[in-house]
Amino acid sequence: MNPAVPQPTPTAAKGTIPLAQVVIRLAGDSGDGMQLTGDRFTAETAGLGNDLSTLPDFPAEIRAPAGTLPGVSAFQLHFADHDIMTPGDRPDVLVAMNPAALRANVDALRPGGDLLINTDEFTKRNLSKVGYVDSPLDDESLNAYSVHLVPLTSMTVTALADFNVSKKEAERAKNMFALGLLCWLYSRPTEGTMSFLRSKFGTKPEIMAANVAAFEAGWSFGETTEDFAVRYEVKPAPMGPGTYRNIAGNLALSYGLIAAGQQSGLPIFLGSYPITPASDILHELSKHKALGVTTFQAEDEIAGIGAALGASYGGALGITSTSGPGVALKSETIGLAVSLELPLLIIDVQRGGPSTGLPTKTEQSDLLQAMFGRNGEAPVPIVAPQSPGDCFAAAVEAARIAIQFRTPVFLLSDGYLANGSEPWRVPDIASLDTIDPDFATEANHERSDGEAEYWPYLRDPQTLARPWAIPGTPGLEHRIGGLEKADGSGEISYDPANHDQMVRLRQAKVDAIAATIPPLVVDDPDGDARLLVIGWGSTYGPIGAACRRIRDAGCSVAQVHLRHLNPFPTNLGEILGAYDRVLVPEMNLGQLNLVLRGRYLIDAVGFNQVRGMPFTSDELVIAINGILDDLAARKGDPT
Amino acid sequence: MTDIDTGSSPALTLVPHTDQKQTAKDFKSDQEVRWCPGCGDYAILAAVQGFLPELGLRRENITFVSGIGCSSRFPYYMNTYGLHSIHGRAPAIATGLAVSRPDLSVWVVTGDGDALSIGGNHLIHALRRNVNINILLFNNRIYGLTKGQYSPTSETGKITKSTPMGSLDYSFNPVSVALGAEATFVGRTIDSDRAHLTSVLRAAAAHEGTSLVEIYQNCNIFNDDAWEALKDRDSSDDMLIRLEHGQPIVFGSGQDKAVVRQDDGHVAVVDISEVSADRILIHDAHADDPGLAFALSRLSDPHSLADTPIGIFRDVQRTSYDRLVREQSQAAAKTGSADLASLLHGTDSWTVI
Ligand SMILES: Cc1ncc(C[n+]2csc(CCOP(=O)(O)OP(=O)(O)O)c2C)c(N)n1
Ligand code: SF4
Ligand SMILES: [Mg+2]
Repeated sequence: MNPAVPQPTPTAAKGTIPLAQVVIRLAGDSGDGMQLTGDRFTAETAGLGNDLSTLPDFPAEIRAPAGTLPGVSAFQLHFADHDIMTPGDRPDVLVAMNPAALRANVDALRPGGDLLINTDEFTKRNLSKVGYVDSPLDDESLNAYSVHLVPLTSMTVTALADFNVSKKEAERAKNMFALGLLCWLYSRPTEGTMSFLRSKFGTKPEIMAANVAAFEAGWSFGETTEDFAVRYEVKPAPMGPGTYRNIAGNLALSYGLIAAGQQSGLPIFLGSYPITPASDILHELSKHKALGVTTFQAEDEIAGIGAALGASYGGALGITSTSGPGVALKSETIGLAVSLELPLLIIDVQRGGPSTGLPTKTEQSDLLQAMFGRNGEAPVPIVAPQSPGDCFAAAVEAARIAIQFRTPVFLLSDGYLANGSEPWRVPDIASLDTIDPDFATEANHERSDGEAEYWPYLRDPQTLARPWAIPGTPGLEHRIGGLEKADGSGEISYDPANHDQMVRLRQAKVDAIAATIPPLVVDDPDGDARLLVIGWGSTYGPIGAACRRIRDAGCSVAQVHLRHLNPFPTNLGEILGAYDRVLVPEMNLGQLNLVLRGRYLIDAVGFNQVRGMPFTSDELVIAINGILDDLAARKGDPT
Repeated sequence: MTDIDTGSSPALTLVPHTDQKQTAKDFKSDQEVRWCPGCGDYAILAAVQGFLPELGLRRENITFVSGIGCSSRFPYYMNTYGLHSIHGRAPAIATGLAVSRPDLSVWVVTGDGDALSIGGNHLIHALRRNVNINILLFNNRIYGLTKGQYSPTSETGKITKSTPMGSLDYSFNPVSVALGAEATFVGRTIDSDRAHLTSVLRAAAAHEGTSLVEIYQNCNIFNDDAWEALKDRDSSDDMLIRLEHGQPIVFGSGQDKAVVRQDDGHVAVVDISEVSADRILIHDAHADDPGLAFALSRLSDPHSLADTPIGIFRDVQRTSYDRLVREQSQAAAKTGSADLASLLHGTDSWTVI
């Protein structure tokens, strides 16, 4: 037993049932504090050593009218005593803080699942707001579930009667009552939440005391009520040795950027304009000035990337963070960066589109924008993280490519990765590779008169990267811009053959990155799979979970996941060619598939959804089984 | 204006200086200059090249950033670092460069279309932020590079390729725009007046923060003589108001006109014989309130160009954005943690053995 993992206090009164895994969904009004409650429960769960995966799902409006369906905010947490890959398809437990939360979420609840309802909010008025004619508490509609009716609000208010807080403030603490109850029910430790409340409300001692008391009252309620006969326990998941923490994608990505700064020795300069779901990267990096990070909130996306590019020109690692609409605005500057051949990171935390679309929901529909969304032949490398924790390593990798190859690089995250979280093994900084910016300091060419001079576009023969001489370097003064440049000297050139050559060189340079990325490794434990499932980005978890279930059911399926989308790893074509069928699940209408079909001339099929939510493994299992059945049926066919 | 010691101004203290004597020739690049013969840009280029040695800065620590337009070709002709970027975005790019490199003297070269049309947003925000950059706005009241469409500074009714029946929109006055955008330094000068141009450049370089210098520039191909009334020997003295800090605002070939504040609050040009000397406004470029500078910027008639002030409208001290950024970083470095490992571990980590 690991001594660092806090142990829940055993209760004598009630029995404890061990569970392998649980999916809990907390749903309430935007003002009910569901995200905070979920974060706290997650933190306790992480501390216990469970594997976990979270899925916050909140509305785009800050506060939609209270009690309405658009105002429902939910947080789903999957935790287990073994390693898991997704936040779970359907909750086993649903906490519904009001009728709207019930209505919006009850269909997802697994039949037989636990349904915890805050009855205080089930007033006639609140019911009618969401179209309930009769209260679902009074009819048969919830018979499929194990319903626990708890007057959460009034019990919280009663528990806080002796505290120096208003009724409103007491009511607001109901989420802590619910958290206390859940922590009891799932044998979670409490100390973390206590110290969290102490620091959050440090300046407001009355509110702090009330929240602590509400939490404790929820816990005691669990212990004493007849409604819950047992409590559950989910044992820690076996994990490899190391130090772990729970981390959300935007945070891991921000840390990756800071690490890239340290590993390259370059100052980090982020030029950004706020946009959901990318803003947290700006918020996070703005806290780390002591680590050599400068953040600049620009007047718009164009200025954000412009300033970042200006900083890169000056020898910093310029970064800009945004979502799809912002990328659209940045396109012209990305093209300039392609032409200037300067390091630059463009972080696109994708959300539902087109236009403003679904700001708080996830999608993978910017792949082609990243790949082709510019005028001219303007190749840009693309890296995509596959899980929240992986955002760290993906950010470091994107920076490595940008610096080594003097190129803008896209880092394609998405809304699910941004806000979802999972346990992450904290890397040992000493184990990270250094990145050498290799600034030019000397002339690199001899003029016909014997005089040494600097040619900004005289490339490294291997990587095809150009030298990077920054202002302040004596003797290397030079002028560059977005006009076509002569190969080598970098002077303005309108020569047709030179342009053809430069277009091909820029492409060849991006292609050359493939030589520096590891070959893909296919996951095919049985070794006889005829179907390959290939994905990219955040679909890694759901695809992996679905493949596991297929294999558990005795069938073979192979999985491979792309981190590099431009250029592709060199062995991708060979891998694709080795399978009878290729399935490409994507949260778009088939963008990767279009590229794979065009590039490798294979008859890959897509599985596509744009519902603003990650795939469930259920639907992927059905899609995979459909193909496996077809393959099996054809096996006997004469060929 | 002549007593400015640009070398030791706070704008340039962090930029390495050189002991070596420089001449205009040192700032000429090996590129063939490709503006149309007779273009006003030549005179501006020569003035800048002639002026820079005065600053005594190391050549490699000077960077010119431009947008797109005839004027924006400028950096290619300077033997310094140079970045010819995209249309309208130079102030944004220069902002990132200046914030991250306090050891550089950063100059933006832009046109009336580049700065006030496509790049208007970046211009006003650079000005209000007061980043330590110098913006030279070449105003020829036309789109030169795209061969002669009207621009945001073209006078209403202008007949161009894109406005055969005359343009319909009101024009911008760049000085008014800049003053409205919280600019801390705003000057105006003319391509053909080398001495005046140099004096304004000198003050701009010495100014910490963003300086905007509007330069009336002649495009002899698509908008020839746009500023002729201000250049013509016979008429210019009657048209031009030469602003001098601390001096009464008096002009005219016979020093017969003056600028006064009228009883109704308006600032106007009057015949000097009509007012007592104490009514004549004394130009105060250092006034904290930009009101008077703005009123001066409104005097000129966009069509006739009568009563056009040139010189330095405003030059006030306000800590530059990039200096404030550095101060925050230094403060954070003193108090904050620079330990990446402990940041990565956070406060809620656990260890599996
Ligand atoms: C995004 C974009 N839109 C349009 C153009 C075409 N364009 C180039 S320069 C220019 C206008 C330049 O006018 P101005 O800034 O006054 O410069 P001038 O040529 O007069 O010096 C235009 C419209 C462009 N290069 N890029
Ligand atoms: S078109 Fe006009 S502004 Fe452009 S180079 Fe020719 S004269 Fe100068
Ligand atoms: Mg112009």
